[in-house]
Amino acid sequence: MIEILFKLLEILLIIALLIPIAAMLVWVERRMIGIWQNRLGPNRVGPLGILQSVADLLKILGKEDWVPPFSERTVFVLAPVIGAVCVLMSFAVMPFSPTIGVSDLNIGLLFFLAMASLAVYSVVLAGWASNSKYALLGGMRAAAQTVSYEVFMGLSVMGVVLLTGSFNLREIVLAQQEGWLIETQFVGFIIFLIAGIAESHRLPFDLPEAETELTAGFHTEYSGLKFALFFLGEYLGVTLISAMSVVLFFGGWLMPEPLASWLPPLVWFILKVFFFVLFFILLRTSLPRPRFDQLLSFGWKYMLPLALLNLLVTAALKLGGVIYA
Amino acid sequence: MNVLSPLQWMFYLAALLAIVASLKVITGKNSVHSLLYLVVSLLAVAVCFYLMGAPFAAGLEVIVYAGAILVLFVFAIMMFGLGKDETLNAPKITSFRVWIGPSVIAALLLAQLVYVIDSPDIQDKLTSNVINAKQVGALLYGPYLLAVEIASFLLLAGLIAGYHFAKPTGYHDNNNSGGW
Repeated sequence: MIEILFKLLEILLIIALLIPIAAMLVWVERRMIGIWQNRLGPNRVGPLGILQSVADLLKILGKEDWVPPFSERTVFVLAPVIGAVCVLMSFAVMPFSPTIGVSDLNIGLLFFLAMASLAVYSVVLAGWASNSKYALLGGMRAAAQTVSYEVFMGLSVMGVVLLTGSFNLREIVLAQQEGWLIETQFVGFIIFLIAGIAESHRLPFDLPEAETELTAGFHTEYSGLKFALFFLGEYLGVTLISAMSVVLFFGGWLMPEPLASWLPPLVWFILKVFFFVLFFILLRTSLPRPRFDQLLSFGWKYMLPLALLNLLVTAALKLGGVIYA
Repeated sequence: MNVLSPLQWMFYLAALLAIVASLKVITGKNSVHSLLYLVVSLLAVAVCFYLMGAPFAAGLEVIVYAGAILVLFVFAIMMFGLGKDETLNAPKITSFRVWIGPSVIAALLLAQLVYVIDSPDIQDKLTSNVINAKQVGALLYGPYLLAVEIASFLLLAGLIAGYHFAKPTGYHDNNNSGGW
């Protein structure tokens, strides 16, 4: 009984930390983009502008939570919740450190892929339920993009599964004690990263919400708390993809020996994740948005063959005993 | 009457959810709502699989059925602008005779299901052990290799048909520089 209570406490603690982190990322993003673009960014609220997110949050909570009369009410309200819940659920299988982690699910990696594929419903249903043209177009783009890139995401991590022989994320991390999987799975990592950007529809692959073409895409009709939930889902998605890259390819909380003893494993994990989050933000500032058909044909014509080739070569090399995890 | 364990409670709850959601699928008038209930039903079935000791099957159920196939369904419904009240387009069923065929088939399936659930052999197999991904893979590429190959042929046929439909044919398609 006491174990269950501890587990519940751990879950609550992780959620209670993840949501403020997602909120803070909004500030980090705006501030870093500002610095990279040679401006200041938000620096007025609190020291260095660090309280900007709090101000934004108060503002967004104070807004009228409006449901358009022409929308499909139930689905309209449900859609943002699905998105946020699916992303939060994925963190349930995340091994944060040797001792922290909600569940050591034996199909952890599959669970992550499943939640990623369910998260599509959020965007698609939002687009449909809004009953407006821009939202519908955004939702349809999201469906096509996410279903396509899901395939490559699944294929790209199969190399990791092949080498470690497990779907359990904790075992995958522990299999990297001799060396991180990025050494042999570099191609897999690149595909995973690109697919991850497309899955979380971040720039440069944010075509479902491309404001120059679709005003705000699938969340055109959303405001107030429901819009905030979409925002939360997006920033948690960025954190999730970063954390997943770290777990699958960069040894999770593990570090080479002299460095490992300097800081606790959890801190190393957070630092690595933060590095990838920053990389995501840097991508957003520096890359232009492709056209939608370019995005899809790039996926199917280059990413799919590359992912299959990576899997084939990995399998052949493992069979030949050249590489091992 | 023996007391159900928490896991058994979970199983029956998930099974009940699956049945209720499936009923809502066929009784609903709004096609998107029906599809959403179908998603719920599939998720509930995935939970059942998991609790029965088949985590790999549960994962694939969510990824393939709920996460990919039904998204395509929703996509199609959005594209054709369906959703309001689809019963208006449905053929009117007037005679009792159309129910005979489906009823016989359903009754046969029900009898089979009851028999299977009742047989101790199946009960034994269900509660024995957890089937992991490696065992599923070994079976698929061992004894069931032929079935896998046949299924892949079927998919290949679908792929070729899909390509044939999507292939640019008219002159206005050639002016389109994009490569769909």
